[in-house]
Amino acid sequence: MALTQEQKSLVESAARQTRVDTIRMVHAAACGHPGGPLGMADFMATLFMQHLNLNPDNRHDAKRDRFVLGNGHTCAGYYSLLSQKGLIPREDLLRFRKMGADLQGHPHRNHDLGIDFSTGSLGNSLSVSLGMALAAKHNGWDSRIYSASSDGESQEGQIWEAATAAAHYGASNLTVLVDFNNVQIDGYMRDVMDVRDLREKYEAFGWHAVDVDGHDVEAVDAALVAAREETKRPSALICKTLIGKGVSFMENQPGWHGVAPNDEEARKALLELGVPDGELAAMVPATA
Amino acid sequence: MSAPPNLAPLYTAEPKKVATRNAYGEALLELGTSHENVVVLDADLSGSTKTKAFGKAHPDRFFNMGVAEANMIGVAAGLASQGKVAFASSFAMFATGKAFEQIRQSVCVPNLNVKVCATHAGLTVGEDGKSHQMLEDVTLMRVIPNMQVMVPADSVEARQCIHAAAKIDGPVYVRLSRGATPIVFAENYQFEFGKAATLREGSDLAIIAMGVTVSAAMEAAEALAKDGVQARVINMSTIKPLDVDAIIHAARDCGAIMTAEEHQENGGLGDAVAQAVALNCPVPMKMCAMHDQFGQSGTGDELLAHYGLDAAGLTKSAKELIQRKGA
Repeated sequence: MALTQEQKSLVESAARQTRVDTIRMVHAAACGHPGGPLGMADFMATLFMQHLNLNPDNRHDAKRDRFVLGNGHTCAGYYSLLSQKGLIPREDLLRFRKMGADLQGHPHRNHDLGIDFSTGSLGNSLSVSLGMALAAKHNGWDSRIYSASSDGESQEGQIWEAATAAAHYGASNLTVLVDFNNVQIDGYMRDVMDVRDLREKYEAFGWHAVDVDGHDVEAVDAALVAAREETKRPSALICKTLIGKGVSFMENQPGWHGVAPNDEEARKALLELGVPDGELAAMVPATA
Repeated sequence: MSAPPNLAPLYTAEPKKVATRNAYGEALLELGTSHENVVVLDADLSGSTKTKAFGKAHPDRFFNMGVAEANMIGVAAGLASQGKVAFASSFAMFATGKAFEQIRQSVCVPNLNVKVCATHAGLTVGEDGKSHQMLEDVTLMRVIPNMQVMVPADSVEARQCIHAAAKIDGPVYVRLSRGATPIVFAENYQFEFGKAATLREGSDLAIIAMGVTVSAAMEAAEALAKDGVQARVINMSTIKPLDVDAIIHAARDCGAIMTAEEHQENGGLGDAVAQAVALNCPVPMKMCAMHDQFGQSGTGDELLAHYGLDAAGLTKSAKELIQRKGA
């Protein structure tokens, strides 16, 4: 069933909030990774608002859905979405990456906050997600395991070990959303290490795999609905995105993979994301 | 000091020899029946690691992950995060070598119930040679926060270590061997996690050993006694948490400590004991171990002899230490 107009605006509004929070969090931390979360915001918001069965009431329920953020460095957006779902207090967001904070620089497992697994080292996430999927199947639970990954993470060999095993075990309750933005820390993927066509690769490994415009929330929703229908194969959504999406000077710029905006850049970014001029000073207090 | 545990009649009759990996397979079968949430993973070595019998008995709880150890550990972590107690096995070389990072990141950081039970550890894997002789696994595992480490001396103790691992809430590494090794303990021996077992009293020096070198240490103590040297023999089967009290007592009572392991001295049992000794009660020490070197092909017994880790080698080293102590 397609998204209703109401659902669509809910997702779009969540995506916008994710982008605003990301800029504020990374600016407040004075370090972190803004580009990835901006690019992932639309498909992540679709997943979190329309599909992932996680809320403050069921966070300790073993039978609920799980989510593993493979590209853990993009966690500012993940934390924002957990906060929007009522799992992380809003005031905690600006303590991101600070001494003593729950919101670590890369996710650390914390079921109180809805964080299902510790990640940060690329390549490990799909194996862990598969283990969760096998446990859910073995227990007869109908929960789904979602994992986010990236084109960069697909350079890790362990991803393909996990892809092989997930198909072998028919982990149809597992869905991976791959952020494909053609950018990694050292530059454009074609210059560093081209992973080529990930849809073809996942298909060759025995998965149900589709390319999808990662900024088209209706297309992402439809692909997630189709993934749920799979009864034998795990599903991969290769989400084509633009790193830095929504902030003109960050779009498609490898330099914004892991650099925090300064005060002026943060205000400019928030303006572009639709934050009213009058709120900027409160949102971006001068840092120095 | 508790009384020495019951020992097998090791030197009064032909010692019975069983590989610790066999006890692992049997313990898994027992756990499979008693613990519904126990699952087992292997990386295409289930015949050798002895997990195959569990797989036959409980096919729905056995996951052969193929030749992909990093993925196996990650999957084990995912299973454990959903409430399973996951035993993951391969040869020690691959389980801890190839998958070190996954053990650290996906198992120990989130502190999950994954039990890495690795066989074919140490020199005694034998003829396969240096590529398969894992001599660094205890080092790699004991340095990771949350990880607890056991090295059983024989199959009687190994079975109990596996049951202890299942009871521990968190990551565990158990080091098991390929070759049949002498039975040290009587069937009614009670292993206690985190406690060293004094197998023989003595006050001239203490030999602290782990794994297959424990029986050699007992034999060496016999030989030393004939020369009037009374060696205390301590089985250090829990490497982490280390029984520091037993080490301090040994240092105070004996004034000299020798360690024995089929493992690198760097980071292994010797290092762990030396740290406890240096911090609490410095005495002369000697480490019988691999000294920053790789092994080679040969039978397990030949290799232990070549590297001074059999009874004769340990006896010789003990005498050198006694001389140094007296000097």
